[in-house]
Amino acid sequence: MRYGYYPGCSLTGTGIEYGLSADAVIRHLNMDMKEIRDWNCCGASSAHNHDPLLSIALPARNLALAEQQGFREVAVPCAACYQRIKAAEVAARDPLKRREMEEVIEEELSGAIVARSLLEIMVHDIDDSALAAQIRRPLQGLKVACYYGCLLVKPRAIAMDEAENPMTMDHLMERLGATPVEWGYKTECCGGSLTLTRPDTGVQMTAEVLKYAKLAGADCVVTPCPLCTSNLDMRQGTAEKKLGRSLGLPIYYFTELMGFAFGLPMKTLGLDRHFVEATGLLQSLPVPASG
Amino acid sequence: MKRIGVFVCHCGSNIAHTVDCKQVADEAAAMPGVVHAQEYKYMCSEPGQVLIQEAVKEHNLDGYVVTACSPRMHETTFRKCAGRCGLNPYMVEQVNIREHCSWVHADKEAGTEKAIDLMRMGVAKVLKNEPLKAATIPMTKRALVIGAGIAGIQAALDIADNGFPVTLLDREHSIGGRMAQIDKTFPTLDCSACILTPKMVEVAQHPNVELMTYAEVESVGGFIGSFDVTIRKKARYVDTKRCTGCGACIQKCPSKVPSEFEMEMGPRKSIYVPFPQAVPNKPVIDAPHCRYLQTGKCGICKKICPTDAIRFDDQDEVVTERFGTIVVATGYQQFDISAYEEYGGGRIPDVITGMHLERLLNASGPTSGKIKRPSDGKEPKNIVFIKCVGSRDEAKNRPYCSKTCCMYVAKQATLLKEKLPASKSYIFYMDVRTGGKNYEEFYRRTQVDYDGHYIRGRVSKIFQVGDRLIVRGDDSLLGRPVEIEADLVVLAAGMDPQHDARELARTLGIAYDAHGWYTEAHPKLKPVETQTGGIFLAGACQGPKDIPDSVAQGSAAAVKASALLTKTELTGEPMIAQCNEAMCSGCGLCVTICPYKAITRQPKQERIHGKMRERMVSTINSGLCQGCGACTVACPSSAMNMGGFSDEQIMAEVDALCQR
Repeated sequence: MRYGYYPGCSLTGTGIEYGLSADAVIRHLNMDMKEIRDWNCCGASSAHNHDPLLSIALPARNLALAEQQGFREVAVPCAACYQRIKAAEVAARDPLKRREMEEVIEEELSGAIVARSLLEIMVHDIDDSALAAQIRRPLQGLKVACYYGCLLVKPRAIAMDEAENPMTMDHLMERLGATPVEWGYKTECCGGSLTLTRPDTGVQMTAEVLKYAKLAGADCVVTPCPLCTSNLDMRQGTAEKKLGRSLGLPIYYFTELMGFAFGLPMKTLGLDRHFVEATGLLQSLPVPASG
Repeated sequence: MKRIGVFVCHCGSNIAHTVDCKQVADEAAAMPGVVHAQEYKYMCSEPGQVLIQEAVKEHNLDGYVVTACSPRMHETTFRKCAGRCGLNPYMVEQVNIREHCSWVHADKEAGTEKAIDLMRMGVAKVLKNEPLKAATIPMTKRALVIGAGIAGIQAALDIADNGFPVTLLDREHSIGGRMAQIDKTFPTLDCSACILTPKMVEVAQHPNVELMTYAEVESVGGFIGSFDVTIRKKARYVDTKRCTGCGACIQKCPSKVPSEFEMEMGPRKSIYVPFPQAVPNKPVIDAPHCRYLQTGKCGICKKICPTDAIRFDDQDEVVTERFGTIVVATGYQQFDISAYEEYGGGRIPDVITGMHLERLLNASGPTSGKIKRPSDGKEPKNIVFIKCVGSRDEAKNRPYCSKTCCMYVAKQATLLKEKLPASKSYIFYMDVRTGGKNYEEFYRRTQVDYDGHYIRGRVSKIFQVGDRLIVRGDDSLLGRPVEIEADLVVLAAGMDPQHDARELARTLGIAYDAHGWYTEAHPKLKPVETQTGGIFLAGACQGPKDIPDSVAQGSAAAVKASALLTKTELTGEPMIAQCNEAMCSGCGLCVTICPYKAITRQPKQERIHGKMRERMVSTINSGLCQGCGACTVACPSSAMNMGGFSDEQIMAEVDALCQR
């Protein structure tokens, strides 16, 4: 089996739409992918603030399990999980660190397995014609602001794309028929966990991202990150108050838009679970003449 | 046995504080063959040299060893010193007990011991030294200047004024280089073209100068005094002898191409001169964009030409010519801003470079000197300059300062304020570096009289919102973020070596640094020489430089080249390979290994047992041999030996080291 799927915790909780839509799309594309058995927490946010060894050892165990279960690559939908697991993979290239991690997790690491974000897998591993063949409802006329957040592209050692102007998701959206807008906030901070610890600062940052997406003429924002989505979707109301203007920007996971374009039911994709109403915009898109 | 002297230098305290010089001299005096040993504070000084010369006479020395600094520093000094008292200069060995000993050790006892070892090796070697005599090589009295920007033009003019023929070559079809693109020059604000074009005309009309434009150096053979340079003269498709430069063809040509000279902000034709004052002012056809040459349909230029000068069947011409000396003045290219994604990476039309602004400011530029921003032609009100883009940035592999940007930004901000009094320039800087005559004063005027708003800090991001550019940065003096809504952003792009600078360096056999700037022979004392004899450097090919520095260096290189050209022959290097033909088996291993193609296999007639026989032996061209020693190591029969570094001499050194 090629890909070991690492769902992480968000995809059954705050990011359940991501979990549902990713599952649906993976199944629909009949991808060579299966969940890693007995996976554990990636350690995101808390572990690397607390203990450097813990922060790589936790995700390293997942890499070790994936290896044992015969996977060649680990597919990670959540941006935070990706960042941690990739960090462990990079650390494992150093023989000293690898030995240290192996001692802690009591598993062997070959250092050969690769962690990849689900986004890059969808863009780079599925060829144009295979994707095009699945499209039933092209996202014609949908102007999307592709918002990558920070975790997929920084720091450089783990980045899956260029930190200042990533284009992976833009290319995917183009292939789905949507029009990505040119904007300057692709990788600016969404406010992260500041929305809990320093709500005033955090919401201000969320509001800025949404403001510039709107100014760039976007109808919606598309992301690969559950934390970004929580901030942009759940706190959009607060952000609107802060900005003194209404926004009404649905926040989609890229997998939801893929699923919609494939013609999968909205409910299966979790599109009815958003804070900012997300089905109307998609329903308003022009329906293709045939097929 | 030879009579040898040993002179131990203290180099002030540089050597003496880690090496007991007296003990070294005492040890030397006890060695067989050494008849005199002496220490002194500064052997390289005048009294030091007199001391050596007197000792040579008094003790009737056959040779001597100086234990001092590196031979790179003073070998010539001590060889010349020997020459003055009648010794062959190659009967001298300099032993390095400074860089190789005192400077790198702390313990005096160990340092002294090592210095003694090194001295013993020197003595053992000099005992085996033989007098060497250099051959002479002829001098071709003609210079080649590669690159016809301001540095190359100046070098060519000065060589020509000294009375020597000089060929000025450029790959563009007009001379003038980057200076021709610049609007006004700092710190005087005189028009760049007004001071450049008279020089361009002067050099073109000089009886000693041959212009060779639209031509590139393909290969260089030979050596100082006789470089054989192969030059490709690119097809111009216009017969320059017939063409009068009337320009009718340019007017009628239907094919428009973005002009490189105008930084692609304006059009040119497929048959074109890059700018009105071009020298020579005769057009060439840009073959990839010419309709006739691509499709066979059009040919309007040929029909309209009153002198029948169009030659669609023109071909590249390759010539080989001999020059005595070469001046390299190939200049720089502007840093490519696409590396800065955070500034739009060249995708945002109104984020331009310094050179773009030069063309916008210039009265003969694409906007006739009106400041119009590229996206919509609107006059900008708020202008942001960002300095050090592609300079002083290790993340972009450009750790060096481009030297000119601080001043050109001050100049451009001044000119913008003059043209657009209602505009405001914000200048983000890391440091303001204005070393140069009247430079600091100019910068102060930009701030005080021309309202230039300097902000110390880097810009982190530029992005477009509608028709405005949001510039986010940091004011590191106030310690807070800054946001400016700008209409136009100018990136003070730094200087890069030419994209093919390394290739040309390899063709010429000269050195370059990690970035591709050509390396001078000594950073302070030989600023225009290269390590290769007869090749000199001028202008920005050696490192970022402004116009005054480039001109100064052009003149300096010309003086060096002219000094060579005054000679009819040069004295070669005697420390080159020698072939003992009696031992040479003619295997030819040395021929293939020689990097300078200095060895050939040639037949040799010999009388053996009364019969004439012919066999092959290696022969060395003393002009080409650089004394690298590769052949001496490769030779299986020990027939190859280096003058001054024979196998016997080296083995004697090794023995001396091992016998202690």
